Amino acid sequence: MSKQLEIKDLYIDYHTDDATVHAVNGISFSLEQGECLGLVGETGAGKTTTALGILRLLPKPQGQYKGGEIHFNDIDLLSIGEEAMRNIRGKGISMIFQDPMTSLNPVLTVGEQIAEVVRNHEKCSKKEAQAKAKAMLEKVGIPAERSEEYPHQFSGGMKQRVVIAIALACNPEILIADEPTTALDVTIQAQVLEMMRGLKEEFHTSTILITHDLGVVAEMCDTVAIMYSGQIVEYGTLEEIYDHTMHPYTIGLFGSILDLKKDVDRLQPIPGMIPDPSNLPPGCPFQTRCPHATDRCRQENPPLHAVGGSHTVRCHLVEKGGMA
Amino acid sequence: MKKTQKKSLWADAWKRLLKNRLAIVGLVVLGLFIVMAIFADFIAPYHYAEQHLDKTFLFPCKEFLLGTDDLGRDILSRLIYGARISLQIGFVSVAISVAIGGALGAVSGFYGGMADNIIMRLMDMMLAIPSVLMAIVIASVLGSGMGNLMLAIGISSVPSYARIVRASILSVRDEEFIEAARLSGCSDLRIILRHIFPNILAPVIVQVTLSMALAILSASALSFLGLGVSAPLPEWGAMCAAGRNYIRGYWYMVTFPGLTIAIVVLALNVLGDGLRDALDPRMKK
Repeated sequence: MSKQLEIKDLYIDYHTDDATVHAVNGISFSLEQGECLGLVGETGAGKTTTALGILRLLPKPQGQYKGGEIHFNDIDLLSIGEEAMRNIRGKGISMIFQDPMTSLNPVLTVGEQIAEVVRNHEKCSKKEAQAKAKAMLEKVGIPAERSEEYPHQFSGGMKQRVVIAIALACNPEILIADEPTTALDVTIQAQVLEMMRGLKEEFHTSTILITHDLGVVAEMCDTVAIMYSGQIVEYGTLEEIYDHTMHPYTIGLFGSILDLKKDVDRLQPIPGMIPDPSNLPPGCPFQTRCPHATDRCRQENPPLHAVGGSHTVRCHLVEKGGMA
Repeated sequence: MKKTQKKSLWADAWKRLLKNRLAIVGLVVLGLFIVMAIFADFIAPYHYAEQHLDKTFLFPCKEFLLGTDDLGRDILSRLIYGARISLQIGFVSVAISVAIGGALGAVSGFYGGMADNIIMRLMDMMLAIPSVLMAIVIASVLGSGMGNLMLAIGISSVPSYARIVRASILSVRDEEFIEAARLSGCSDLRIILRHIFPNILAPVIVQVTLSMALAILSASALSFLGLGVSAPLPEWGAMCAAGRNYIRGYWYMVTFPGLTIAIVVLALNVLGDGLRDALDPRMKK
């Protein structure tokens, strides 16, 4: 197994007229061939920014890289030209957006939209591209003859299938799925996830799955990165995160979802709000909501501590061997 | 599932246009004028310059269906030949302004920032001058003649297209499907032409029909001032202007050219409205 994607110490800021928003603060992770990484965190944790950052699609001119490196198959994505980047988008790294309702062009047929990606990256005639588009539609479970219909003629779940077909049309090496099932209802969610897993196995695509649904992660992912305030606070394999949860934030996350086996009256939400990313407190960003916060947490931001295997945790308490 | 549609966007739009009676009337009227313009030689009873000096100022009668003017020329024939000039001016000058204005608006709307500022301030400067005056200035610099007339009218309506295209692009530029297109590796030009353009076609088409009408009117105004089509050529506006002197005694000399202009303009507007509805696939039932 080789490292397909490697991100080192990535910092991304958004500059607005009023303030500078520190959206991503020193993220490092890598992705191996065929791996599925779950990027988990609440709204505003910087998950989508990280994804857009990898593809160099940050909103201009507000979004700016402040430091770090992104390597894709040993290509430094932050130093190559726009033309080379265009060749990577869609073919090397592809992305599925959260909302299928708005990510399809309303005036082009779905077939044309799939064929376009193919034409952008492969030298082939219009007919071949269309044939490929139809084959792709069949793969995601939509009859090929519907390729000449417009997006508004499809239901939400089917639109998401089309979006997935577009993302996978050129057989990308890495697929970034940004909350692919958030806009869908639960039964369709299950179908789409099932299909994604099948396609992932068929195409051997590495995946970064962005979500805030820990259930989805458990079902799909090999490794998990928990994000908070633009940092990875806990990283490890699925078992390490789920069975040996270390970081108080991750513990809080698990505490706030239903467990069918336990009989509890109330769920335990994490108190407080995510800190304002334009005005981060010194020290650990989670200190304001952490039940175990100490003076040290208010002064210095903990480094990532390795706690065996690939499991790393960003918390001072780990040094003392766990939660006090 | 209802029947699968295998028609292209245009075939579909055509079907929806057919359901709009008023738009079809407009289309038919416009079509008639185009046929008239092409086959003027066969349809017109007389040549447009043929003078019947013994039969001047005739009211509509059997020999001259719409009467004759001060030089004894058949007004009907002149109107038929005039369709050639007016329609040509309308189409060509609008094509010129769509091409220039569309490109400028696209650049300024899509890229924003400095380019946007420079282009739009230039357009504002042009808009500060009344468009007829603008056309007069350009036409007098270029000299008279059909080609220059069309160029003058075309350039004078560039700013309105630049504005419309820019505003429409701004409204779709930040849509997620544009980002999705960029994500699939599309170049900027491709995004503008293939993803944005079909989305903003509707307002542009309405503007085209409206300004084609305006172009026909401006052409008449310029011809009247001697900057456009020269004397024997029958131009509707110029005919109106010429008949103006005799309006008390011979009302038909102004009325028929004026009515012709009104009919064509109305047909264009009605057609434009129908096209706007037909071209929007989201309106499909």
